[in-house]
Amino acid sequence: MNPSASAAKHQPGRPVNKKRTFSKLSVREAAWGYLFILPVALGLAVFYMAPSAASLFLSFTSWDGMSSPVFNGLDNFTQLAGDEKFTRSLLNTLLYTIATVPLSIAFAVILAVLLNQKIKGMILYRTLYFIPVITMPIAVGMVWKWLYNSEFGLINFVLGSLHLPQPNWLFDEKFALFSIVIVSVWTSIGYNAVILLSGLQGISASYYEAASLDGAGTLYRFFRITLPLLTPSLFFVLVMSFINSFQVFDLVFIMMGQQSSLLDSTRTVVYSIWEDGFKYFNMGYASAEAFILFIVILVITAFQMYFQKRWVHYQ
Amino acid sequence: MTSYSSYRSRRIAVHVLLIAGAILMIMPFLWMLSTSFKSFADSMKVPPTLFPSEWHFENYSKVLSTIDFGRYYGNTILVTLGRTAGQLLLCSLAAYSFACLKFPGKNLIFLAMLAVLMVPSQVVMIPSFVIMRELNWLDTFYVLIIPGIFSAFGTFLLRQFFMTLPKDLEEAAKIDGCSYFRIYWNIYLPLSKSALVSLAIFTILASWNELLWPLIMTSSEDMRVLSIGISTFQGQHSTDYPLLMAGAVMATLPIIILFIFLQRYFIEGIAMNGIKG
Repeated sequence: MNPSASAAKHQPGRPVNKKRTFSKLSVREAAWGYLFILPVALGLAVFYMAPSAASLFLSFTSWDGMSSPVFNGLDNFTQLAGDEKFTRSLLNTLLYTIATVPLSIAFAVILAVLLNQKIKGMILYRTLYFIPVITMPIAVGMVWKWLYNSEFGLINFVLGSLHLPQPNWLFDEKFALFSIVIVSVWTSIGYNAVILLSGLQGISASYYEAASLDGAGTLYRFFRITLPLLTPSLFFVLVMSFINSFQVFDLVFIMMGQQSSLLDSTRTVVYSIWEDGFKYFNMGYASAEAFILFIVILVITAFQMYFQKRWVHYQ
Repeated sequence: MTSYSSYRSRRIAVHVLLIAGAILMIMPFLWMLSTSFKSFADSMKVPPTLFPSEWHFENYSKVLSTIDFGRYYGNTILVTLGRTAGQLLLCSLAAYSFACLKFPGKNLIFLAMLAVLMVPSQVVMIPSFVIMRELNWLDTFYVLIIPGIFSAFGTFLLRQFFMTLPKDLEEAAKIDGCSYFRIYWNIYLPLSKSALVSLAIFTILASWNELLWPLIMTSSEDMRVLSIGISTFQGQHSTDYPLLMAGAVMATLPIIILFIFLQRYFIEGIAMNGIKG
């Protein structure tokens, strides 16, 4: 291979013989380039892009998944707007998100600040707080269902011995969704804290030195230095948490069970999609639900991107 | 002296808070472990006891004999390994191409790939089911492994990492007449161990813990993975918590042990991801 070949790329208009080496090399490079991306590109096209397009089409049809889909225009969407089960699931998902995201992020900020110091056992703490993140959600759901058990569960035992009220967690309309929120917060604190911790570690010590020279107190430093400089990481965590929360399924599936009478107060959008698509085989209808979920996530993410100017400070 | 003692008391306060939080994080696991060794009657005791009054190790063998746990394990391990190996190989190859090679339309193809990241998996699920049925892949290992190999996220993650590597090495190798594949295989891959391990961890976690995809795409008992296995198990033994907890311990332990050994890579991978956004 010609050593001058790579230099030739940056210098167009060289003598003809050089130019020929360049173009021969670049054709070869392009050929290998295409070959290397081919498997992934093909796989993504078949298993992700084509189904995404198909899903959009299917959302305008009525289809049982077997016979050929029947185009029905906007019927699915008008029907969904009046479908109490679906609007309720949308509302539940929204409530779940609004409760989970701020709680998880608030605890994660506290944890990250505590861990961002030279303290003994930092790695051990980090490991312990992270274990819920990596544990299979199905197993997590089973364990918490047992913890929530109203007669023999640990939680109500502790509450009882503190003379606090002992709710019937998963079997009480008022508490069922919130019970799932608690588990989600528990599983996501570690993840959010790790991202925030790496954000904290990126804040230059000189800011704090200047502030302590000025005699600033701990709280002042936290609200005037740490929090503003942490906003880029907070923004990332917020966007990701919203996206993930809108797609909650596993915990509801395992903790509420498929027959639970309280499913109405905990059914989420993804649960609805699964139920309509794969239990009742209304695949056109379920596609429309999935499409609405996509739009909701897209709008909320775009909204966050737009408003980040107002509160995110990039250093 | 006063500043030293206030510094010390602050440290103690920090530890107290961290320990209290850690107990809340770990308690459910200890409760799972403790219940898994209790007898049924023992688990229903009021007030509950932290430790079993008798240790019933046979709960575990009972789980193994009631459901085909070994099979679920085998399936899950096979699926996880297949996906992880395939993803590491194919995504890194594509990532190398995106990061280092020049070809027409590269940016457009890359953008199209990023667009895949935006679409929630639920949108893809319903048509995927039909595609898999047409391919006759439903209820086979193909459906559990192959679609999971192609990852826009993995390609993106590795591409970002390859972009940070110095170009000199590649130039030197080109001068020595190395093929592009050799440059990728002998230079880029060995330099990217930490990024590859991070991606492997994400893939292992995602496929080990996954529920919805196998729930939809498989139906026979032979094809059950752990998450499906223990959720059906819960359906059958809804109140026998010692057995359920033994099942949950067995399903989660391998990943927890893996995590404890590789926790640095787990956490660095996530932190790296968070910064790159």
